[in-house]
Parts: sequence; structure tokens; C-alpha cells
Amino acid sequence: MSDTTSEQVLTTQDGKPLKQALASALRREKMRALLLIAPLLIFILLTFVAPIVDMLFRSVENSIVADTLPNTVVAMQEWDAASGNLPDEAVFAALYDDLGVAVKEKTHTRLGSRLNYEKTGMSSLFRKTGRRVKRMDEGGPFKEQFIKADKKWGQVETWATLKTFSPRYTSAYFLSAADAQLTPEGVKMKPEEQQVYLFLFGRTLFLSITITVCCLLLGYPIAFLLAALPLRTSNLLMILVLLPFWTSLLVRTSAWKVLLQQQGVINDFLVWTGIVSEAGRLVMINNQTGTIIAMTHILLPFMILPLYSVMKTISPTYVRAAKSLGANDCSAFWRVYFPQSVPGIGAGAVLVFILAIGYYITPELVGGTSGIFISNRIAYHISSSLNWGLAAALGTLLLVAVMVLFMVYDRIVGIDNVKLG
Amino acid sequence: MATTRGAAVRYESVQKSYDGVSLVVKNLNLDIPPGEFLTMLGPSGSGKTTCLMMLAGFEPATHGEIFLNDRPINNVPPHKRGIGMVFQNYALFPHMTVAENLAFPLQVRNMGKAEQEEKVKRALEMVELGDFGNRRPAQLSGGQQQRVAVARALVFDPELVLMDEPLGALDKQLREQMQYEIKHIHENLGVTVVYVTHDQTEALTMSDRVAVFNDGVIQQLSSPDILYEDPQNSFVAQFIGENNKLSGKVVEIQGEECRVELDDGTQLKADKVNVGGVGDRTTISLRPERVEFDTHDAMDNIMNGRIEELIYLGDHIRVRMNVAGNDEFIAKVRNRGEKRNLSVGDTVPIGWSLGDCKALDPVA
Repeated sequence: MSDTTSEQVLTTQDGKPLKQALASALRREKMRALLLIAPLLIFILLTFVAPIVDMLFRSVENSIVADTLPNTVVAMQEWDAASGNLPDEAVFAALYDDLGVAVKEKTHTRLGSRLNYEKTGMSSLFRKTGRRVKRMDEGGPFKEQFIKADKKWGQVETWATLKTFSPRYTSAYFLSAADAQLTPEGVKMKPEEQQVYLFLFGRTLFLSITITVCCLLLGYPIAFLLAALPLRTSNLLMILVLLPFWTSLLVRTSAWKVLLQQQGVINDFLVWTGIVSEAGRLVMINNQTGTIIAMTHILLPFMILPLYSVMKTISPTYVRAAKSLGANDCSAFWRVYFPQSVPGIGAGAVLVFILAIGYYITPELVGGTSGIFISNRIAYHISSSLNWGLAAALGTLLLVAVMVLFMVYDRIVGIDNVKLG
Repeated sequence: MATTRGAAVRYESVQKSYDGVSLVVKNLNLDIPPGEFLTMLGPSGSGKTTCLMMLAGFEPATHGEIFLNDRPINNVPPHKRGIGMVFQNYALFPHMTVAENLAFPLQVRNMGKAEQEEKVKRALEMVELGDFGNRRPAQLSGGQQQRVAVARALVFDPELVLMDEPLGALDKQLREQMQYEIKHIHENLGVTVVYVTHDQTEALTMSDRVAVFNDGVIQQLSSPDILYEDPQNSFVAQFIGENNKLSGKVVEIQGEECRVELDDGTQLKADKVNVGGVGDRTTISLRPERVEFDTHDAMDNIMNGRIEELIYLGDHIRVRMNVAGNDEFIAKVRNRGEKRNLSVGDTVPIGWSLGDCKALDPVA
């Protein structure tokens, strides 16, 4: 035997380093494995990762000002908004040139709507100026002509806003997602009555936790029953648990509408039995209650399944052993059974919480105004207000929030303690 | 075993049925005196584990009553019976350390902290695992887990300990070692032990008395030596140790002896243990090591057998022979160092004394 020390590199018989030999021996296998997953990998990259990255990029991207008014942005570099003076004639001349091109390409209105997010009145300013710019005298002077076209051009704030948002990247969307705004004077909180997003984030978090707790409280006994019953009975019960998966989400949510509304089945029943009066019909839908009830119902299987798969592995002899050692039913459960089911609780809770925090359709349908989530706001900005930058910033914040919570959870519970089966 | 305070455990006409159609335990009557090591031995499905579970309180008796120190316990829940139990797969709580496992029965009895620690320490020392208190069960070897399970069942000083095939998961060598350890613990503490196993060697090694179960009935209840030497029926003879069966017909009965004619016409003298009258069929039971090759005229029984196979096993040689048409007849020849002229195909005389050969109930 050769007396190899730890410093010596182990080699094969023909002198090749052992690590290298092993790597080349495994390379073929690795390539084959990679080839097998390649179609899925490409599919995921193209249809999932790429659009998300692009979307997230929009939360900081702001090249519209620099693209639409390239000359003005350059000319404005010298100008200091804090001086209180309007920019000089050269800037106005550059603006004239830029707007001429922009109007031809019809991009000035888009710039107007973009800047309108930051300062109201910008949209109409650009539309109005766009109409007038064609009639301006090419010889100048442009300053007076612009101010004549719209007196806003004579205000320092208009130019300050333009300058603030002229860089190609901006933190404005993120600030706005956190109820703050970028003003020419720096970062400031928005006025009280305009602050919505932090509150919405808070509510999303609160409702998600509430729903997770509800799912746990309802799901634990069912999972316990499933794991304890003989196979034939538990299979039937399992089908009942899985039944919701085979029904459309929309149908289930609509069913809750039928049940919970003020003229709905439950209220009718309660009035009929005299528990509530005709005038005192319960408001259970289009508010937080509705969201909690419907989402708990929809997410319950995601709690039951991981719990069940963990409980199935807990041998009944543990509880028997505890009882033979003198523990009554209650302490045998809490001290022996329950601690062993914690990995299932962890898995179920993480799953339900993460699904809940990004849920959209159910709160949209049954949440009214007090039961909507941050995701509904994101959807609004994507499809109605078309402020994609803000939507992207909100989405990024949501993603980061989930990741932070996940890390906290890992620190407290330990991700090793999560078992899905 | 004479006792002053009656039986520690008494089964009184206990019956058990799971499905209401068939009985798993048929009319069990059994007294276990305090301090005894009693083993319930039997093949799987013989009802032995069910008997243990009824005693532990995990299965209700369908009929009859079980007494613990003369107190009926049918309606006492398991945790109030105060019986220590060692399970087949140990059932050590995986989320607790060894010390926490041992402290568990003390905690649920609200014992003081200092006393708990003292008892846990003593129990760990008893099983020679003094330094292992902070480990998790998963970090222990099978044998160590086994010891912890035993210590846990004993730590709260129960008078009765039940063991349900506790050594089944261990390898042969460790199993033998643990058998002695459990036996010694029993001797030192003087607790009553009811032990369930399907391994007859284990039963013979450890027990004061063995109850051989088959078909929900105790076939024989006696000390290991009597069980081996004087089986009461063919099942026990077959189940305990190795056994040669020769079937025939009783032709004459003289007091405690009888004369049996085998199917090939040979007549043998045998102990009359479990036969009807003259003319009834019977099975002769004979231990392989009692077969002698050095026959002499004073022997009660001499026959001829043809050697079919020789297996060298070191301390002895197994000889498979054809005797009276039965070619599964085994004889053991002790290896004394001398050369013996046995070769396959030879027909040699073999003999044994009357007392070694029991006439038992016929086997189908």
C-alpha cells in the first residue's frame, strides 16, 4: 500500500488525479440527466422565469423620459431645480425638438401618463402641448411660446418633476408601493389619505395568518382521523377531502356567495329558525369574514394532506407506550403524538400561508372592499390602471416579504422539520 | 411456586374475539405468581400477543376477567394499571432524549425533579448506559435502544413488566446477550415478567415457566426442562426443540408404558403420555440426540435405518436417515474425536430407551 498523506493528491493507476477521473466518469450520466430535464427546463425558463424577471425589472425601469425627450434630458443636466429659476432657452429649444419627434411618433401621451403617476396634471399638459407644438414658430424663442401654450411650463415644479424622473432607473415605484414618494426635495411619505399599500400588506399578512390558523384547527382532527381509521374507511374520507380539487375554484367560490349572502341560504335559515331577525341578517360576504371562510375552505386540503402523510408514519405504539408508562389520553397526545406531528404542521402551514398570501380570485369575488388582498391591487395596476411599474414593485415586495417570513420560519421551526411525506 | 399473597396476574376464563365469528383466545385460565418470569410462546396467530395486550389494557377481553394482585382490571384504563411494557420496536419517543424518555413515566406521575433525576440515573446505570442520557434514540444502536426500552419500562418500579417480542429486531449474537441481561435484571429486581416470543430458544433460556400457545389455547404450561423432556402433546414436542415423528398404532398398554406398531410393522416400546386405548393411532416423539448408534441388547428399542445424508456441524454430526419409511428422521452424533464409520447409503442399527420416546396424540 502506498502511504498517502492528506496533502498528496490521490491518483488512479495511470496517474490521473482521482477527482478528475471521477468527474469524467460521472459526466456522461450528468449530461444524460440534464438532457432528460432539458425540455421542461427550457419551457420553465421561457414561460415562467423570463417573464417574471422582465416584470420585476419593470419595477425600477424608467427609460421613457430619457427615450422620449433625449435632448431635453441632456440639456437639463446643468439646471438646478433648487435655484428657483426656470431652465434657460436651450432647454426649451431641446424640448421643442424632442416633442416634434415624439408627436410624430405619438409617444408624448405615453410619457404624459407615466409622469402623471408622479404629479397630477402632467398627462393633460403633454397632450395639450403636443397639439400646440406643431403651430409653434420654428425660429423661437421657445420659452415664451411654451409658457403661452400652457402656463405649467412656466412653473419650476413641472421642470423639477421632469428632472427627478429623467434617470433611466428609479426607486419611485418601490417608494410608492411603500406609501412614500420621490419628490424633487427627496423621499417623503405620501399624505395620510393616500396611504393604502402598507395597510394592504398588513391586512394580507393578517388574513393569511388567520386563514392558516383556521386551516390548522379544522384540518388537524381530520388528518388525525384519516391516519387512525382503517384503510377502507380512510380511503372514502380521503376522496371527500380531495373532492374540492376536482371542482372548479370559481364554482366553489360562487357557492360560498350563494350560501353566505344576506339573502342567502344560511341567513334565510337563521331567520326562519328565529335566531336572527329579518333586519339583523348577518353580513358574511363581501368583507373579511367572507374571505376567511371561503379561503379556509379552498386551502384546507393543502393543510390536511401534509399533516396526513406525516401522521401516517407515526406508529400507534408510541401512544400505547406512553399510556403503558402512565400517561392519560391527554398527556399521551400532547407529549408524545403532537410533537411528532409538528413536521406536518410546519409543512401544511407553510404551504397554506404561501398560497394564501398571493391569493387573488377568491378575495376578488367574495372579499368586497374590506377583504381584498395586495394581489388584487397588483391585478388592478396590471389590467386597469396599467401602472405596470407599480404592480411590479408591489409584486417584488410581496415576494421579498414571503422570503423573509420563510427565513424566519426556518430559523424558528427549522426547514428540516418540514415533511411532505 | 407457593406464594403468600396469591397470584400477581390471574386470567379467569378469558375469551377474545375480534370479529364475533372466531375466537382468538379460547377460555384462558392462567395464574402467574409474583416474581415469576413467564413466557408465552407460540407461532404467530396463536393468541399470545392478544393475551398480553389484554393484560396491558390495549384490547378488551370479550369474556372473562383479568386480575392484577387480586383486583379485577377489565375496566381499568392502561395508564392506571401501572404495568411496565417493552414493545417490539421499542417505541422510544424519537423527539426526546434517552433521559427524557426515562423521565417520562416519572413526570406523568408528578414525581419531584431531584427524585426523577436520581431514578433516571440509576436506571441508566442498570442497563450500563450511564453516559447516554443526552443522546436521541436514533443515535443509539439497536441493542442500546433495546436497553433503554427495558430501563424505561422499569424506571417507575412496576411490579409487573410485559415484553412483546423485544428482541425480535436484534441480530443473533446481540439477542443472546440481551437474553442473559434481561434474565439477570429480572433476578435482581424480583419483578414479575410476562414475556411474549415465538423463539423457543429465547423462551427456554429465560423463563421460569413457559406457556405454549397454539390455536388460542395453552397447550402446555411448565418449566423449560419439563417442556422439553415431557411434552404433553405432539404440537409441543414439535414446537420445542427438534423432534422425530414416527406414526403408528397402539397395540398394547401396560401401566405407564405402551407398545406401538409402526406402519411398516416394527414394534416399539414407548412412554404412554397422550394416547387413547389399544387400536388408536399415535405419534411417537423422539429427540435426535437420544438416538444411539452403539446399540446393545439391553436397549428398549432397536431399529435399522438407512443413512441418507451426513451434515458436519463441528460439535456434532447431523445424520438424516430413513427409518420405518420416514426419511426425515434426524439423529445427532456427538463429535468426540473418534472416527465413526458412517457413510451415505449404509443401513445401520439405531436404538434408544423407552423413556426417550413418547407416545403422543396422532398428527394428521
